[in-house]
Amino acid sequence: MRRALVLLPLLAFGVLLAIFIRQIDEDPSVLPSALINQPVPDFALPLLDVGEASEADFQTGAVQLINVFASWCQPCWEEHSLVTALAKDGVSIIGWAYKDPAANIARFLSRLGNPYSKVILDETGRSAIDLGVYGAPETYIVDGSGVIRYRHVGVLTPQIITAQIKPILAELEGEVQ
Amino acid sequence: MRRVLSLLAILAWVSPALAIGVDDAVLEDPSQEALAQRVMAELRCLVCQNQSIVDSDAPLAADLRAIVRTRLAAGDTPEDIKAYLVKRYGDWVLLNPPLKLGTALLWTAPLLALLLGVTGIVMSRRQKPKQALSAADVEAADAILGDAE
Repeated sequence: MRRALVLLPLLAFGVLLAIFIRQIDEDPSVLPSALINQPVPDFALPLLDVGEASEADFQTGAVQLINVFASWCQPCWEEHSLVTALAKDGVSIIGWAYKDPAANIARFLSRLGNPYSKVILDETGRSAIDLGVYGAPETYIVDGSGVIRYRHVGVLTPQIITAQIKPILAELEGEVQ
Repeated sequence: MRRVLSLLAILAWVSPALAIGVDDAVLEDPSQEALAQRVMAELRCLVCQNQSIVDSDAPLAADLRAIVRTRLAAGDTPEDIKAYLVKRYGDWVLLNPPLKLGTALLWTAPLLALLLGVTGIVMSRRQKPKQALSAADVEAADAILGDAE
């Protein structure tokens, strides 16, 4: 019994070590989203072209992506080609222009091309807070009834698109049919 | 001594930089602003994760400070405001994690560690050698101590 007790600190150390080793590869900036499986919150914002957008734009029966971007956000320039490629594959992507005036967004899109079906202008970033955004870029998958099913914080990579986004899109397309 | 005293006198003049969470638009009512500062100190900045939104200079933190102030001014309680932000950002936005099943271990860990330590001490105290010294040992000890004197 006593001998076993002597080993206790070593055992505790081993358990802690295992926990820390497991977490060493975890990216601390990746946080669980509070809005997964919640509907896109109510909002009313202008579109880059004409008219207004609201949560109803996500209840169209079609699966859509939301890509939060801004012209001042360097990673957004990097991921733009990936977003464009997704759009070419037939994915409907709504651009959420975060804290950026319309003129800058227009210039950004005229330079890099516009892969978005709509561009929502959130110049104050106030509605983005309702969406749980804390920076650009962020990408969400919204199902046909306007419920958020996936969120990716940070820049998109080909790995994330093939390993996470494409499978979820395929699964949701299956649900729709 | 004089040098030390003058140093202390200088230190007495130094005041900490309490003016944190500074924005252009603070609440007019000082007591409300003080309450806003207290609420903000309990909210985590999501960009620079181990700072509160009071300490952070990130634009999102400034937005969140503005939300706290507008909501307080509109009559929301601090609890309402926290609930509003938890709904959007999860429990993580609170610097003080709430006591739930998932966080029970987090909250009880210090107590458990204390209990473990106390148990360890008690057990080691109880297991003192009970066996008395043999006559030969006493003699040997006396011989050594006698030499020392």
